[in-house]
Amino acid sequence: MATSVAERLHAASTASALELRGVTRMFGALAALTDVTLSVRPGERRALLGSNGAGKTTLFNCITGDFPPTSGTIRFFGEDITGFPPHERIRRGLRRTYQISLLFAGLSVLDNVYLACRGVSRARFSLLRPRRDDTLVQTADDLVEAVHLSAVKNQKVAELAHGQQRQLEIALALAGAPRFILFDEPAAGLSPAERRELIAILTGLPEHIGYIIIEHDMDVALRVVESVAIMHNGRIFKEGPPEEIENDPEVQELYLGGGHG
Amino acid sequence: MATARPAVQDRARPLDVSTRLGNWLRRIPPAAWGVGFLLLILPAFANDFILVQVFGWSLILGMIALSLMFLAGYGGMVSLVQMTVAGCAGYMLAIFGTSAIASISLGWPWWLAVLTAILIATLFGTLSGALAVRTAGIYTIMITLAIAAAFFYFTRQNYTIFNGFSGFNGVRPPVVLGVDWRQPTPFYYLTLVCAALSYAAVLYVSRSPFGLALQGTRDNPRRMAALGFNVTAHRIAAYTFASVFAAVAGILLVWLNSQISPGTAGIGPVIDVLVIAVVGGLGSPIGPFIGAIIYVVLRTFALDALVAVGLDGARFQLLIGLGFLAIVFFSPDGVLGLWERARNRWRHRQDVMRIGEETR
Repeated sequence: MATSVAERLHAASTASALELRGVTRMFGALAALTDVTLSVRPGERRALLGSNGAGKTTLFNCITGDFPPTSGTIRFFGEDITGFPPHERIRRGLRRTYQISLLFAGLSVLDNVYLACRGVSRARFSLLRPRRDDTLVQTADDLVEAVHLSAVKNQKVAELAHGQQRQLEIALALAGAPRFILFDEPAAGLSPAERRELIAILTGLPEHIGYIIIEHDMDVALRVVESVAIMHNGRIFKEGPPEEIENDPEVQELYLGGGHG
Repeated sequence: MATARPAVQDRARPLDVSTRLGNWLRRIPPAAWGVGFLLLILPAFANDFILVQVFGWSLILGMIALSLMFLAGYGGMVSLVQMTVAGCAGYMLAIFGTSAIASISLGWPWWLAVLTAILIATLFGTLSGALAVRTAGIYTIMITLAIAAAFFYFTRQNYTIFNGFSGFNGVRPPVVLGVDWRQPTPFYYLTLVCAALSYAAVLYVSRSPFGLALQGTRDNPRRMAALGFNVTAHRIAAYTFASVFAAVAGILLVWLNSQISPGTAGIGPVIDVLVIAVVGGLGSPIGPFIGAIIYVVLRTFALDALVAVGLDGARFQLLIGLGFLAIVFFSPDGVLGLWERARNRWRHRQDVMRIGEETR
């Protein structure tokens, strides 16, 4: 049994950040994912491309446990998390953002981030209000600053502009000590200026934090990753570095719609 | 209002205690000071009937409806089991403490019986919650209603523990610290203190990490799980918290009537608590108390009012039903909603007038 501390440390240090083996997800008779096998190194940044309905978001949902895979295994830093409920995966350092912002519209920006920080720390059930000098409050404050939302931190989320809500999505995913993040179309609906800001936030993340990013905008996607995976009809169709993928005739045929190059 | 009232304050210099207390007191609206003062001096001019049967009963029903408001308003879970939790506490007090049914009651000292009753009733509420939280909407209502109905029929048919149809009488508040708590004025103050503490607790906890997270599970359970929260555990804990003051109210209710029987937590009272909470308004913890006083006043005086206009007094339930219909029809968020809309309209008019004067 590989259960000694040294062995587990060794397993964790050599394991992939994320390792999927034969992940399949059925919706009734429809296969949304078929036999997906994927391995991402710790700190690696990868883009996940593919047309609508290719299964990208379904793959994210299986990884975070929003709904479990029908078959296959998912390992997170060497640990089998296939049967874990979502909150247990999050507490182990997995994070995600949503394609359509899932925020707490009735709470302030700072309260949203505070909840995210509280979710991955102790005293989630505390009945005592946080003190002004609470360390978690300060952490939340720093995070709000990191995503450039300090000016609106006391405003209700419902009153924020779309771009600001997308930035808040990212702040929620950065709370605590993330080890790996799944970004689901973070640039959707952003203006060119906001896109530049997003790229700055993504490339400014600490090096040990890896991520997978679903993004249709090639200018954003290929600038913030070192490898690319293409999905088609619920399968991983091709993997490789950005320049190789960009020039692959099969990929151009499939994803870029033929006469693109 | 452009800014939300944040639970989390800006990073600021830690203030000394007296300044913080001062700030806190200043935030209490003048209307609240007025109502609090009136409630405190009420025994000086109200008779015993008004004191106990109107205000005492309102405060107790308000606490039970507050228990429902906490679950429904902050957690999005409409639980019909809160009246049953109160009934359970009342029965446990009669069984472990002293009543006229000496063959069943164990005659424990009052404080031990009260603590045991609150503990068992809270446990009962928690278990009911554990059954109900995996469902949503109408199914939560059905499951909690089924538990309430089961409790009602069980207490009516079980004679060895619950003494069946007649229940327990002669359950009276004790004499403690030289005060006879069954006298109207002391009993009124007892219910007032319990109700005020429950109200303050709900208000305080609503902005604590637990309360914030509960509101998060109401608005967006999926995101809460994706932030590391165990949504199911959080919801069950909310039932536990809410059941504590439903249980305390149950103790007070038995003392008020000096008896408890299956009808105390029958289907009628169970629905009444929902009516009270909805009529008052589920948006704020003061709503249930407003709803309770409306209910008690209607319940107490509707009969006389009907007889006075020459109608059959037995139709008083009709008046209550019509009142409920009217409020829900005109204001889905209860009396509180009516009040807030009226205030906003008034403020808006003030603003318009001020702007008009400034531009003149």
